[in-house]
Amino acid sequence: MPEAAVAVRELTLGEAVREALAEELRRDPRVFVMGEDVAEAGTAFKVLTGLVQEFGPERVIDTPISEAGFTGIGVGAAMTGMRPVVDIMFGDFIGLIMDQMMNQAAKVHYMSGGKWKVPMTLRTTLGATRRSAAQHSQSLHAWFCHIPGLKVVLPSTPYDAKGLLKSAIRDDNPVIFYEDKMMYKLKGPVPDEDYTIPLGVADVKREGEDITIIATSSMVQVALGAAKMLEEYDISAEVVDPRTLWPLDEETLLESARKTSRVMVVDEGYERYGVTAELAAVIQEKAFFDLEGPVKRIGAMQVPIPFSPPLEDATVPTEQSVFEAARALCGK
Amino acid sequence: MSTAANVLQADLAISAEQCLRLYRKMMTIRLFEQQVNDLYTRALMPGLAHLYIGEEAVAVGVCEALRNDDYITSTHRGHGHCVAKGAKLDRMFAELLGKEAGYCKGKGGSMHIADPDTGNLGANAIVGGSAGIATGAGFSAKRLGKGQVAVCFFGEGALGQGVLYEVMNMAALWKLPVIYLCENNMYNEYTHYSETTAGDILTRAKGFGVHPESVDGQDVRAVYAMASKLVERARKGEGPSFLMANTYRYTGHHVGDVSRDYYRSKQEEQQWKTERDPIKLLGNWMTTERLADTATLDRIEAEVKAEVDQAVQFAIATPYPTVDKVEQDVYA
Repeated sequence: MPEAAVAVRELTLGEAVREALAEELRRDPRVFVMGEDVAEAGTAFKVLTGLVQEFGPERVIDTPISEAGFTGIGVGAAMTGMRPVVDIMFGDFIGLIMDQMMNQAAKVHYMSGGKWKVPMTLRTTLGATRRSAAQHSQSLHAWFCHIPGLKVVLPSTPYDAKGLLKSAIRDDNPVIFYEDKMMYKLKGPVPDEDYTIPLGVADVKREGEDITIIATSSMVQVALGAAKMLEEYDISAEVVDPRTLWPLDEETLLESARKTSRVMVVDEGYERYGVTAELAAVIQEKAFFDLEGPVKRIGAMQVPIPFSPPLEDATVPTEQSVFEAARALCGK
Repeated sequence: MSTAANVLQADLAISAEQCLRLYRKMMTIRLFEQQVNDLYTRALMPGLAHLYIGEEAVAVGVCEALRNDDYITSTHRGHGHCVAKGAKLDRMFAELLGKEAGYCKGKGGSMHIADPDTGNLGANAIVGGSAGIATGAGFSAKRLGKGQVAVCFFGEGALGQGVLYEVMNMAALWKLPVIYLCENNMYNEYTHYSETTAGDILTRAKGFGVHPESVDGQDVRAVYAMASKLVERARKGEGPSFLMANTYRYTGHHVGDVSRDYYRSKQEEQQWKTERDPIKLLGNWMTTERLADTATLDRIEAEVKAEVDQAVQFAIATPYPTVDKVEQDVYA
């Protein structure tokens, strides 16, 4: 994060997202926002409140409840001169749009021998513990990570959210931008000037010596909380946030792994064939002889997200569970 | 035959020169496809080949009504659309053979030919898969104000795909310049459409407020006249339309589909070929109307044959891409 000369104002993550969109809508007439209840309602999460007032309903467009249809329209509009930002309210709804993303958006550039491009951003959400049950709580970002041709961004702070979203919108590829719906109220410093954060650059959120905790999106704050708890046991934890899962900044992750020799990966998606599996594999393939032991993975429990609060809370990694696993890994 | 009821009287103001162009284009597609069949059966062409023979009047009549910068999306049975929109035969054959000189550098193949220079957004191997893309192109055309229209070619099999109805709804809501071009060749692969399609097809479009029409897809003059009318209304901002062109696929679903007795009779096929062939129909009309003599038509056929032969020779001789190209064009 750049040194601020003056006191930097604080925004919530939701406000940072809105500011990034507003700045890009102002900067580039080809940018438009499209999705369910994005205009007057400002989305179900009120993240886009005010945009339609400034940019009008031609650029902040309410759609029917037809996720596949308007995502497909986004792909076609992107190919023909626009830069759509498509809003998929809940990440669980990506099941409805998958053909448009994985068979169309992801493949257009390659199948056409590099002739057509799809400069589209798809914003959606992840994260449980909102008491929304099994169809409104999943973290399915690994699905997109599996498909060549797509880029996947997971900001964990308001600062990162603004800079990464602007880069996503300016990128000539389909980019999926994941917002943790439980973090919309998270506050942090955000400069009010135009800045971008390149896709594919990880960020060390906390420096440490004894263990590396690689964490994504919602799990970054959890990892930082756990790191604080570990201090009491004289364990110095480094927290590394990849920020984009593809492109992946392997080098920063490996550098930290080599330094601390103990690695945990924490992500709110399912462990099975998931992001934690991939990141652990990268570390073990490329830094095996620098490690004290196997890479530890922590993700969501392998169950549909339950509604009942005590059950739901048990499915998600917490500061406590990350702390305990880290302590065990350090043998303390 | 079902098409007989839908014969539309063509605008007879069509010029002799234009008729000869339509004749040449249809002949080009016919001989191109016969050559594909030959390449495939001689094992020179990898993959699958879905021939457009019998349906030539649809693509040719529609594309005659389009400007070069108008958009089309095509299907797995797409060679005819590409040729009609202006693709060059040598680069098409090269693509079909997986060669570097092909339209997509050999990365797309028969089912994915795309060409920005002729407004071809690409052929799509997911049935109904391009409905969103074509509608998005209509969205851009309207937004950018260049007066373009987008034609979404699809077979009647795509009437089973929900996304088609989602995007027709939005195209009607937003008055987009899109023509949904349903090529009803009566067979969803190996199944007669009456077994898969309930109710009345045009009523489906009408229900969304999408202007519905149908036309005899074997009569290129009728197709051209109807397409011109729909293109004009789209350019004037009067919104989307749905045109069902009743036609017939002379050959199998793909080249390997040779034993077709279980889903249709040889007699049916023969009847279409002898009584309803689009090239014969136009040729006979031109000679009757004294717009051309048989010698002229024979000369066109010979010229097209020479052009096709030359294009094939080019494609056979031109090299495959080198393996180092495999990772190029994944991202823009």
